[in-house]
Amino acid sequence: MTSNATLKEVSKLGFFKKAKVLLRSLREYKKESILSIIFIIIETLMECIIPLVMSMLINQMTELQIKQVPASEVLNLVLIYGAILLALAIVSFGAGIAAGVVSAKASVGFVRNLRVDLFKKITSFSFKNIDKFSASSLITRQTTDIGNIWMAFQLCIRIVVRAPIMFVFSFIMAVIMAPQLSRVFAISIPILVAVLIPIIIIANRKFQVLFDRYDELNEVVNENVRGIRVVKTYAREDYEKERFGKRSEEMRKGFTFVERLLAITNPTIQVTMYLSMCIFIFVGSYIMITNDVSQMEYGLNTGKLSALITYSAQVLSSLSMVSFSLFMIMMAVPCMNRVYEVLVEEPTIKSNPTALKTVENGDIVFDNVSFKYKPDAEKFALSNVNIHIKSGETIGIIGGTGSSKSTLVNLISRFYDASEGTVYLAGHDVRDYDVKVLRDNVSMVLQKNVLFGGTIASNLRWGNINATYEEMKEACKISQADSFISQLKDGYDSVVEQGGVNFSGGQKQRLCIARALLKKPKVLILDDSTSAVDTKTDAFIRKGLKESMPGVTKIIIAQRVNSVMDADRIIVMDNGEISGIGTHDELLKNNAIYQEVYNIQSKIGGANNE
Amino acid sequence: MNKNKKNHVLLRTIGDYLKSHPVAMTIAAICILLNALGAIFAPISLSTVINLVMESFNGLGWEGVKDAFFNQLIILICAYLLSITGGVIYSQITAKYAQTYMHELRCRMFNHLQDLPISYFDRHDKGLIMSTFTNDIDTIRQLLAQSISTIAICSISFMASFFVMLSSSVLLTLIVIVGACFMVLNVKLTGSRSARNFMIQQKVIADEEGYIEEMMNGLKVVKSFTHEEESTKDCTKYCDELRNVSTKANKFANILMPIMGNIGNILYILVAFVGTVLFALNIKDLTLTGIQTITIGVVVSFLPMVRQFTNNVAETSNQVNSVAMAIGGTTRVYELLDEQPEVDNGYVTLVMGKYDKDGNIVECGRKEHTLWAWKHPHTADGSITYTLLQGDIRMFDVDFGYVKDKIVLHDVSLYAKPGQKIAFVGATGAGKTTITNLINRFYDIADGKIRYDGININKIKKKDLRRSLGMVLQDTNLFSGTIMDNIRYGRLDATDEECIEAAKLANADSFISRLPQGYNTYIKGNGSSISQGQAQLLSIARAAVSQCPVLILDEATSSIDTRTEAIVLKGMENLMHGKTVFLIAHRLSTIKDAQAIMVLEHGRIIERGTHEQLIEQHGYYYQLYTGVFELE
Repeated sequence: MTSNATLKEVSKLGFFKKAKVLLRSLREYKKESILSIIFIIIETLMECIIPLVMSMLINQMTELQIKQVPASEVLNLVLIYGAILLALAIVSFGAGIAAGVVSAKASVGFVRNLRVDLFKKITSFSFKNIDKFSASSLITRQTTDIGNIWMAFQLCIRIVVRAPIMFVFSFIMAVIMAPQLSRVFAISIPILVAVLIPIIIIANRKFQVLFDRYDELNEVVNENVRGIRVVKTYAREDYEKERFGKRSEEMRKGFTFVERLLAITNPTIQVTMYLSMCIFIFVGSYIMITNDVSQMEYGLNTGKLSALITYSAQVLSSLSMVSFSLFMIMMAVPCMNRVYEVLVEEPTIKSNPTALKTVENGDIVFDNVSFKYKPDAEKFALSNVNIHIKSGETIGIIGGTGSSKSTLVNLISRFYDASEGTVYLAGHDVRDYDVKVLRDNVSMVLQKNVLFGGTIASNLRWGNINATYEEMKEACKISQADSFISQLKDGYDSVVEQGGVNFSGGQKQRLCIARALLKKPKVLILDDSTSAVDTKTDAFIRKGLKESMPGVTKIIIAQRVNSVMDADRIIVMDNGEISGIGTHDELLKNNAIYQEVYNIQSKIGGANNE
Repeated sequence: MNKNKKNHVLLRTIGDYLKSHPVAMTIAAICILLNALGAIFAPISLSTVINLVMESFNGLGWEGVKDAFFNQLIILICAYLLSITGGVIYSQITAKYAQTYMHELRCRMFNHLQDLPISYFDRHDKGLIMSTFTNDIDTIRQLLAQSISTIAICSISFMASFFVMLSSSVLLTLIVIVGACFMVLNVKLTGSRSARNFMIQQKVIADEEGYIEEMMNGLKVVKSFTHEEESTKDCTKYCDELRNVSTKANKFANILMPIMGNIGNILYILVAFVGTVLFALNIKDLTLTGIQTITIGVVVSFLPMVRQFTNNVAETSNQVNSVAMAIGGTTRVYELLDEQPEVDNGYVTLVMGKYDKDGNIVECGRKEHTLWAWKHPHTADGSITYTLLQGDIRMFDVDFGYVKDKIVLHDVSLYAKPGQKIAFVGATGAGKTTITNLINRFYDIADGKIRYDGININKIKKKDLRRSLGMVLQDTNLFSGTIMDNIRYGRLDATDEECIEAAKLANADSFISRLPQGYNTYIKGNGSSISQGQAQLLSIARAAVSQCPVLILDEATSSIDTRTEAIVLKGMENLMHGKTVFLIAHRLSTIKDAQAIMVLEHGRIIERGTHEQLIEQHGYYYQLYTGVFELE
């Protein structure tokens, strides 16, 4: 609901306001942007003047021909005009190249800054912000959307500047040259606008819908490429072909409609152009013939006529250029909206400038803490939690899916802020710490393990940039990762592919634990981080943690009772509340949920490789 | 790939396109011709009218030229009408048939993809296959919808103005040709530089987007390790690299047109100058109609032609980029289309049947069928035998290698009687999945024999063979559609009741009925709207509805948490009941009750037997079970 409401709000905001926010990323490329506008103006002016001079040349030559003057005089004339034209061409050439170079710099630089700004903004997001957008939508915003904005910006800077200048200049010149004839514009411009504008609006709307459908079509291909084994297993090739064919046919219909609509534009421009041409030529000629020859220099003449034709062509083509760029900008508007949303999103967790820079110990207190993910949510995800975890204690947390186990620990490192009550670490409100300091001291292995492309060492160094091989080896020994790493040919320098796909689930989890250990934290949280590790190795990991880091508070969230049995205390979570705290034996006696979980698991999971 | 072959591919695409709708394409070609000629007619008509005006000044007056004037008017209007009609028709035809062709091409590619063997998908990156469907196809659309007609119109107009120029002055035309050579040279130098950098840019963009994707998917990890600054630094590095290469690419692309245009301008000046000099010196010039002296009139009428000519060259060169991209795109599209589809020489089919009164199996219709049978025609004597579908699978001394010379499975022999459960245990890469891939003929064996109900599987039609094998894999792979659609995927003619029955069997019914839309809940292909465990339950239901006598379960529960696993296992147990099952599992507890456990190492069966027998042997399995080794 909220995101829908904000979406609407955003789209109501003015286009220019949003453009202004995006254009903040221009920064050092402001100079290039302004320069490219200036150069494009010069280039465009040259483009307008050169045909004028050319037509003047033709005009004069014709006149001389009529007057049958000697050739040398014509030659003189050509030399003069040729020199002027050459000078203009050189200016145009220089301006054109300069415009090309600086506008490339400006648009590419702008987009580079925008990319970096967007990324920076996203890294400042709290988990709440991230949840709001979702990873896949953040990816689209940084790839497809930015790409489209780039295209639009490039077009803007080149065409949006050029077309109006050309239009105004050509229009004025045409009116000056032949005031009577230029009245033709009163017919041709309205025709063009009346046809182009509705086409653009309809096509734009239709396109937006079609592109979404097109994405769906691609999703079908994606599903089939990834699920080809399933398709073939059930011999569903023909079924899939038919399904795809239908969707593709829909696309064909939709796109054909829009393309045919857009295909009207060119002939329309031609109609208006030819229409004005006919009128210019014949009415113009009639005027010329019926007027006195001697008046020709002041009135209409053939040179002016041909210039007029050129200008009217430029007026009309600049109009269609404007409408085309309008179209492109409209296509980019939804992309702009999406990027704008990210840029103006306020990170919900900010570091306090006078914050504490050290964490004394791993003593944690939850003082009447309640939490909900959205302020308007009816139900609290956590309610009235009160616990005191002493520094160095090992705490197990167990509970069903949706019992808010992860939510509880996420409050310690301020991935989320408590809605009510306070979380204390080493006697201070967690909000009083510098966020970086807090998170470096509260090391958390997330449920969703992610390794990054690089090497094992580069991944481990996320925990500590300056970690030596000895330190890494030590951490990996504790997390039981050293044994398989040392079996690899390249050891700690073995390549990790994106997402760590070249390691098994259990290996990834052990690497992630080692990475967290390297931070040398005061509090270590394992959020279901050994689910893919066999029970035996799991036990070794817990033993290692206990022996090597006695002073560190260890919080272990697990699905398996095995993983928490030997903790100092176990917290049983149910539906956002603490249903029981105690040792394994105590809970087995007095906690129904714990008993149930234990009973199920000793039946099915008990023999995991043991 | 060499350049000739690439160009050849482009021609093949264009040829395909033109041939796909020959009548419409012929009409379009004629209309393009009309449209282009109309545009050329303008300057010609203009000069005729100007001549008339001149004549009127020479004493004829308005009355003298009136008739000729109106004739010219009518000719011009007719020409324009023809041109516009041509324009409307060809652009409508192009719009329609380019889209039709795209649709046909998409379907052709998709259909071909469906017919390719699994090995194709193993060899090719999935992202790249996708990019062929999206980006590469798009370059072809660009080519068909825009470039071809633009280039056609420009070429026609180019030839016409060339002809007109030749007919008035060969000397001046020569100057224009020299100028045009410079323009082509410019395209070669500037354009190719731009194209090269655009190609690099594509690669850098792919890298940058890959990085973004990785970071966004691991964003919470980035936050928890307070790695914001480092990753921003890395991102900046990618962005800077992208900026540098894009600047180059765009710079060259941007200056192409100004250079072209100004070569055109200089050419114009040159022609005016040379023309006048020739006139002043009274030099004779060769034209198409004979040797004539150059007059100012010739020069004057020649100049607009120069502009027309150079504009056409520039316009055509503007399409160079999109043609270059289309060459790349079509190459990849045809690489896909030229892949060899899966060969199927099977002739034994799966049919519905029943027992007649003598106890023999006969084929029958859907309604009365009580069983499924293999229909085996014998070419030697023309007879047909029917074998009951039971799910008896035997492998005899099977060798297999993904590549010819590299055998990865050695001498695998095993038998699975109907209703038996056979488990495979072994490290990653030991060949467990490979064996199952041979049974359904995703791959063909190198040596040995596999028999299904006594029939060599090479004789069975692949689709029928696979239809008799149900599969549940670690990656669930659902398809966009409702939950019902996804269950029915197992057997298209299953009724709603049968699907719900299967869901109940798979233990999936309880979570489905708790969803607001129940069985009509729409799920996306990646299954993002339901949990992994739920997706796995659906894939079990899907296998259940298929009623296959043989099941392959490949690590079906390895990515599910323990609590869900209990539910999934219960569903699987129900599913496996009475079926021949090949089971690959990570957790040894799930395979204890198998009739036979095959322990694989390096593509060989090193131990086999029941759980108890293997434990007694004190071999590899025993060590695994007691935790001395672990499976990774």
